[in-house]
Amino acid sequence: MTGNYVEMRGITKTFGAVTALSDVALNLPYGGVLGLIGDNAAGKSTLMKILAGSISHDHGEITINGEQAAFTNPIGAREAGIEMIYQDFALVPELTVAQNIFLGREITRSRAGIRVLDRDTMNSRAEEMIGALGLRVPAVTLPVQALSGGQQQAVAIARATGFEAKLVIMDEPTANLGAPAIEKVRETITRLKSSGVAVIIISHRLEDIFAVGDRFMVMKQGRVVGERDVRDTDNADLVEMIVTGQDPRKVKARPDQEKVPTSAT
Amino acid sequence: MDKRTLAVFFVRYGMFIALALWMIGMSLSSEHFLTMTNLLNVSRQAAPIIIIGVGMTFVMATAGIDLSVGSTVALVSVLTASWLVLGVPAVVVIPLIVIAGAAIGALNGFVITLGVPAFVVTLATLTSVRGVAFVYSNGYAVPIADPVFVWIGRGDVLGINTPFLIAVIVAALGWFLLNRTRFGLHALATGGREEAARVMGLSINRIKVMVYALTGALAGLAGVVISARLSNGSPNAGVMLELEVIAATVLGGTSLFGGRATIMGTVAGALLINFVRNGLNLLGVNPYWVQVVTGIILVIAVLMNTVLNRKVESWARAAPEVKSS
Repeated sequence: MTGNYVEMRGITKTFGAVTALSDVALNLPYGGVLGLIGDNAAGKSTLMKILAGSISHDHGEITINGEQAAFTNPIGAREAGIEMIYQDFALVPELTVAQNIFLGREITRSRAGIRVLDRDTMNSRAEEMIGALGLRVPAVTLPVQALSGGQQQAVAIARATGFEAKLVIMDEPTANLGAPAIEKVRETITRLKSSGVAVIIISHRLEDIFAVGDRFMVMKQGRVVGERDVRDTDNADLVEMIVTGQDPRKVKARPDQEKVPTSAT
Repeated sequence: MDKRTLAVFFVRYGMFIALALWMIGMSLSSEHFLTMTNLLNVSRQAAPIIIIGVGMTFVMATAGIDLSVGSTVALVSVLTASWLVLGVPAVVVIPLIVIAGAAIGALNGFVITLGVPAFVVTLATLTSVRGVAFVYSNGYAVPIADPVFVWIGRGDVLGINTPFLIAVIVAALGWFLLNRTRFGLHALATGGREEAARVMGLSINRIKVMVYALTGALAGLAGVVISARLSNGSPNAGVMLELEVIAATVLGGTSLFGGRATIMGTVAGALLINFVRNGLNLLGVNPYWVQVVTGIILVIAVLMNTVLNRKVESWARAAPEVKSS
């Protein structure tokens, strides 16, 4: 074991004729916070959905906690401690806050041999989970569609962090949020990190990752462009990598490549 | 009890209020309406719609629809009669019929999970299954005289007729399944937002096959009740029944778009449709008007359930006095 919680190697995924990911590698230490950045169609979300088990990859290896993993569905990933907060939160509007938090892993009790939903326990647990994050919703028995966008995100965060997750993947966690809500999300990430939970943030907002992250990984058109430590880079450096799809440091290290620049359509 | 709470109450329980008002109005207009004979008679007529409506409520919870239930009733009706003629005991026939109904439903569900819209799949089953019923029976109705069937169709338990009693039991079990078990919750989640349900790891396909199988099984049971009441197995049984069942379910407040479903509403919807028909008959209204009135009620109810419901509930939520449900 190398001390990495997640290791992905040679991940390849095609959708019909479109190659979404080719030979992608990703390493994430325990409690590390990785910012996954890149233009649209860079393959960030696809890579994360593979890790979260909601789509499957064609080739490549995934090691979680030192063990080979191949998730055929999100349940497997969630049981391994990998949770994802989707950009649209993946909440069912008509179900209550508590029903959404426990969707797929409901607490039941046996009544005359029949498994019955234990709604009281789930409601009080849901309240605890949201409260523990310092977040707030009007009531856990309200349908999610009655909540504001920020409150819905609180539900999604509580669901992802409340079940002893080892890795939380956040897809654009601060998009469409106001400044106070963004601060809350950053606090949540910091708290997760300090309790040993690894976090991967997909974001267009580099400042969020500078604020709470450890490392950047830049992708373009299904390939990894390069990686940077947050203390060893700046906006201009990252934007160049995002736009050109090339790592200037790698180019310098191998001057022969300067004469044949790969196209960066 | 402020104005907003009152408005929410009226919109949410509009169907129950309408049913109550109609019952009161009819009791004052016709001396025959509020008699035990009449009430039991209407409950007997509503029974098959309630029984299938429970299944339809689950199907609609997943944002699906099942148009094939009337034809399933016809097929199980001719199967029932022919098996009884062969001397198969009623206690064997009934479970077999329910299984046959479930098989038709599971087939619907399976094709739907392949990606064909539920409307198209069950429309195809609607014609095909009734066709099979006609082929099997050669178009003839076969009489049923089995004592168990006579009891199911016309008997009673402590004064309550058997069909309605079966309907009440089915509705109670359906309510429990929808509101108290993981299966019901997962059906609602599937219809509410399928993609969210999928990424949370629910087996969407299994849920869909199961709700259609359940509806098919209940259509089989309703076919038994209908055949027993009419004392024959006919390929013409259950014509247009699917529309009455869908109307009752939607009237009750179950959303056609999935995610929101109520068994009590479906029962109230089925009763309302039948009490309206019965009331207009008692008033001597031309029976053709009944269809017109049923249609108008349906449109008003759907308006209440969708547009008005959303407006009133969000208006009430905006009010500071009403913080939680």
